[in-house]
Amino acid sequence: MIDIVLDVLSWILILLGSACVLIGGIGGLRLPNFYTRIHAASLTDTMATILIFVGMMLQAGFTLATLKLFAIMLFLLLTGPTATYALANAALLSGLKPDAVTDSDKPKENTPE
Amino acid sequence: MKLLELLGYFNYWVFAVILTVGLYAVISKTNLIKKLIGLSIFQSAVFLMYITMDKVEGGTAPIIQAGVEDQIFSNPLPQVLILTAIVVGVSTLSLGLAMVVRISECYGTIEENEILDAD
Amino acid sequence: MILIFGLFLLSLLVITAVAIVRTKDLFVAVMLTSIFSLLMAANFFILDAADVALTEAAVGAGVTTVIFLCALALTGDREKPREGGRGLALGTVGVLALLIIYATFDKPRLGDPDAPVHQHIAPWYIEKTTEYMDFPNVVTAILSSFRGYDTLGEVFVVFAACIGVLFILGVSPPRKLLRVKDSSNGLRHHLIPQVVGRLLIPFIVLFGLYTQFHGEYGPGGGFQAGAIIATGVILYALLEGEDNALRAIPRGVLLGMVVGGALLFGGVGIVCMLMGGAFLDYSVLAADPVWGQQLGILIIEAGVGMAVCGALLAIFHAFAARERMS
Repeated sequence: MIDIVLDVLSWILILLGSACVLIGGIGGLRLPNFYTRIHAASLTDTMATILIFVGMMLQAGFTLATLKLFAIMLFLLLTGPTATYALANAALLSGLKPDAVTDSDKPKENTPE
Repeated sequence: MKLLELLGYFNYWVFAVILTVGLYAVISKTNLIKKLIGLSIFQSAVFLMYITMDKVEGGTAPIIQAGVEDQIFSNPLPQVLILTAIVVGVSTLSLGLAMVVRISECYGTIEENEILDAD
Repeated sequence: MILIFGLFLLSLLVITAVAIVRTKDLFVAVMLTSIFSLLMAANFFILDAADVALTEAAVGAGVTTVIFLCALALTGDREKPREGGRGLALGTVGVLALLIIYATFDKPRLGDPDAPVHQHIAPWYIEKTTEYMDFPNVVTAILSSFRGYDTLGEVFVVFAACIGVLFILGVSPPRKLLRVKDSSNGLRHHLIPQVVGRLLIPFIVLFGLYTQFHGEYGPGGGFQAGAIIATGVILYALLEGEDNALRAIPRGVLLGMVVGGALLFGGVGIVCMLMGGAFLDYSVLAADPVWGQQLGILIIEAGVGMAVCGALLAIFHAFAARERMS
């Protein structure tokens, strides 16, 4: 009985995580501005990481694989937002202003600070 | 099961397409770095073909587990060859990039036709 | 099910390859090459090649991208479009692709266990690994012992590439270049990446060492370990500045690692000859031949790891130390 519950739960979590990645992909293509696209990519990425990995851990049960999956999830949760920060920082430093206008995607000026 | 048989060849067709895409980049682009990128795509296609040859249906990675009898393994020999080839590929790529950097310093450009004109 | 996933990944590979060739911005092309390597690593894993997937991910998606970016920073990063004349090239490669596809119909289909490649020597290797060497990973056994000459040649190729890059990029540039006043050597506004980097670099190096010493029990070995440790040190150099990284591991140590690794490998071979066996025949290294094989493989994997790590780091420092053209 508990097996079926765990199985269904892990299926739901993995499907939800895949839906998050799909939404993030659509957002990354359709949103107008660079900074809004970063939002779409990074937020959905982190959520999807947690959902998919917890789903896989439920599938694996109490084995060594669960610990390894947990370690990988921790690593991804640490490095994903850091990469997003570095990306946005580099964009800001090279002159891309976060205006809420659609065509502000070209850098205003390239000042090598 | 004609479709399944055809799908069994899909890996090789992808290998042919990626090979020719990489070859096209090498012979037709004038930028030296683009040529090197095309060369690395070409190499990756060859690796894909070798590793495709090594898969056995129902097999697993060739790591012998103690106590499990009669396991089917995939062929380990092409994997060894490709392991060597990947590292050799990155070595030659770094050497090529060093030469491109020196060329760009001496001639000021890395477009092939401009270099040939300047000589 | 896994077949459909494999087909999907292969189609993504083709799309990425075409996108790389068509884009005019070289920076985009390098990033797409990194994605291409990662997709290739996923494909290798589906085709049951675990060692090769690990190597391709570490070397292809990691080190190659960094070296490309270093080279791009020293040259331009846009490509001039070619005016006309590409019909002949397109025609040639189209005919070539059709010829290769026609030739592939003769090959055995994917996964056929009666293919000739599975018949002659591969079952012998799988059978004799337990008898001669008594450890699980067959690929490491073949790489280090059954086909040890190939690996020796490969270490020397890495060594030669390192020397070549140091020769080419060790010469100072021909013209007097304007010194670009760089106020800091590392990233600017770099507190968050620095903190996270300092947290993660010890674990990266630890994982590299784990891969090195567990090469016989799971996927791993010298090449992957060398690439992973080199990536960790490159991350340190990117965050803290290249001078700090050179102070942590000086150039002399790097060259010592490269030379020492190659010497270690060759040296083990010569010691085997001196003890009465053939070149690179590890069974004579100890009283029990199985333990002799394991000892020999341990030492040469260490040599390979040192050589690859030192070579990749020396190449990175040679690129990074070059003055930027104004």
